[in-house]
Amino acid sequence: MPVFQLIIRGLLAENPVFRLALSMCPAVAVTTNIKNGFLLGCAVVFVQVMSNITASVLRKFIHPRVRVVIYTIIIATWVSTIDMIMSAYLPDLYDQVSLYIKLIVVFAIIISRMELFASKNPVTPSLFDGLGMGLGFMFGLMMIGAVRELLGSGQLLGFDILGVKPLLIMILPAGGFFVIGFLMSVFNIILKKLGMGAPPAGGHH
Amino acid sequence: MAAESVNNSVGAETKTAPPILTVSVSPHIHSGKTTAGIMWTVILSLAPALAANIYFFGSHAAAVLLTSVLSCVMIEAACQKLLKRPVRVSDGSAVVTGILLAMVVPPGVPLYIMPLAAVMSIFVVKELVGGLGFNVFNPALVGRAFLVACFPVAMTTAYIDPMSWLEAGAGAADALSAATPLTLLKHGGMEAVFQHYPSGAQFYFDLVLGLRPGSLGETPALLLALGGIFLLLRGIITWHIPVAMMATVALFTWMFGGDTGLFSGNPLFHLLNGGIMLGAFYMATDYVTSPTTGKGKLAFGIGVGLLTTIIRLKGGYPEGVAYAILLMNPLTPCFERWFAPKRFAGPPKAKA
Repeated sequence: MPVFQLIIRGLLAENPVFRLALSMCPAVAVTTNIKNGFLLGCAVVFVQVMSNITASVLRKFIHPRVRVVIYTIIIATWVSTIDMIMSAYLPDLYDQVSLYIKLIVVFAIIISRMELFASKNPVTPSLFDGLGMGLGFMFGLMMIGAVRELLGSGQLLGFDILGVKPLLIMILPAGGFFVIGFLMSVFNIILKKLGMGAPPAGGHH
Repeated sequence: MAAESVNNSVGAETKTAPPILTVSVSPHIHSGKTTAGIMWTVILSLAPALAANIYFFGSHAAAVLLTSVLSCVMIEAACQKLLKRPVRVSDGSAVVTGILLAMVVPPGVPLYIMPLAAVMSIFVVKELVGGLGFNVFNPALVGRAFLVACFPVAMTTAYIDPMSWLEAGAGAADALSAATPLTLLKHGGMEAVFQHYPSGAQFYFDLVLGLRPGSLGETPALLLALGGIFLLLRGIITWHIPVAMMATVALFTWMFGGDTGLFSGNPLFHLLNGGIMLGAFYMATDYVTSPTTGKGKLAFGIGVGLLTTIIRLKGGYPEGVAYAILLMNPLTPCFERWFAPKRFAGPPKAKA
C-alpha cells in the first residue's frame, strides 16, 4: 500500500477517534479547546511513529508470549522522551497537558497499531501507518476541541469569536461526550457517502 | 388477526363452519387505554396547577410555558420526519414533555433557553435512542439538568415573587428575583426561612396554595396533589411510587433534617417545598423510565426519596428531586429483573 494511502487511511477511513473509537478518554478529557488537542496530538504522533518503527525493527526478535510487556516498555520509553522534551523546551504549554502526556503510555490506539500493524510489516509502512494514525488522532482531538471551545467559551484558538458563552455544558465532561457522539455520526455519514464501510476492530492489519 | 377471522366467519357463516380456535399474538385483553388518551388525561390533571401558576407569576410564566410546549412539539415533528419515522405528535407525549419542562424551570427565565432544552429533551434523550418508549432518562428532567449546567445564573435566580406582577406592572417581572424557601434553608437554615416568611399556620397555608417563589411545578402543592390523585383514580398511575417516595422523604427529613439531633426535622416543610409533588406524581411515575411491578415501584420510590433527602440535606444544590429521579432512571431495568413476578410454572427440571 502506498505511503500516501496509509496516511489518508489513518486520517479518515480509520480515524482513531471517530472510526476505531480508541483512546476515547483523552478525547473527552483534554479537548476543551483546540490548543490542548493540538499539543496532545503532537505528542501522540511522535510516540506512535517512534513506537511503530521500534516494534517493526524488533518484530523478528520479540517473542509472541511477552510481546505486550515489550510493547509497553517501548511505548513508555518514547513517552518519557517526549515528556522530558516538552517539559524542557515548552514548560508553559506542557503544564496544561502534562498529565495526559504521561498517560499516552496506556492509550489504546498506540499498542493496538503496534500489535496489529507494526509487528507484521516492514519499517517504512509502519512509520507511515503511525504517522497517519497519529495525525488522525490529532485531527479528531482538534475537531472536538474546536466545537467545544466555540460553543462552551465562545472562542476559537483563544480569540473571542462570539462574545458570549452559548452552551456552558460544552466545556464540562458531559459536553465532551455529546460532541464526540455527534461528530462521530457526522463522520460516518460523510464516509458512507464516499463509499467507505466500517473498519475492522482496531483498524486494518 | 383475531378480528379478521371473526368477521370472516360471521360473513361466511352459511358457506364454511366458524373456526374452532382463533390463533393470534398477545396481548389478547385490552383496557382500551391509548397513549394519546393517557397523555391528554395527564395534561387535563395539570391544567388547574398551571392556571393557578400563571395567575401567580404573570404573563412571563405563560410565555415560558407556551414556548416550551411549542418548541417540544415542533422539534418532535422535525425529528420524526428527519429520522424517517411516522410522525406521531398527536399522541401528546411531546406536549406533556413541554409542559413538564416548563414546570421545572424558574418562571422568569429568558425565553430563548426553552428551545435549547427542548432539543436536548426531545432530540437527544428521546428520538435519538429510538423514540417514545426507548428513552432511558426522563426527557423533561434531562432538559432541566442541561439548563442548570448551561445557564446556572438564570436557573437559580430567575424566581419571581408571587403576585408581584400586580404591584409592579407586567413589564417589570424581569427585574425581580426572589429566593425559594429551599434556597434559604440551604444557605441559612430555618431561621433564614422565617425571616422571609410568616411563621406558623400562615406559612404552611401559603406553601399549600403556592404563594411563594418557585418554579411552576413546585408552588401549588395542593393542586398538584389533587391532579395526582385524579390520575390515581383514573388508573393512569399506581400509588406505589408517590407513596414510597413521599414517605421516605418525610421519614428521613424528620430523622436527619433538624439541627438539634435526631427526629427534630420538619418533614412537612420538606414535603410541601420543591418538586416533591410534581416529582412523585408526574416525573417518577413516567411509564418508560420507571419499573412496572409493584415491588419494583416501591423500591424505585424509596430510592428516589433517599437520594432527594441526601441531596437536600448534604448536597450542594438546594433541591434534589430532579437529580434523584435521573439517577434512579437507569436502574429501572435492574428493578425489573430483581422484582420480576414469579412464573406460574418454572422451566421443567431435569430428571435425575
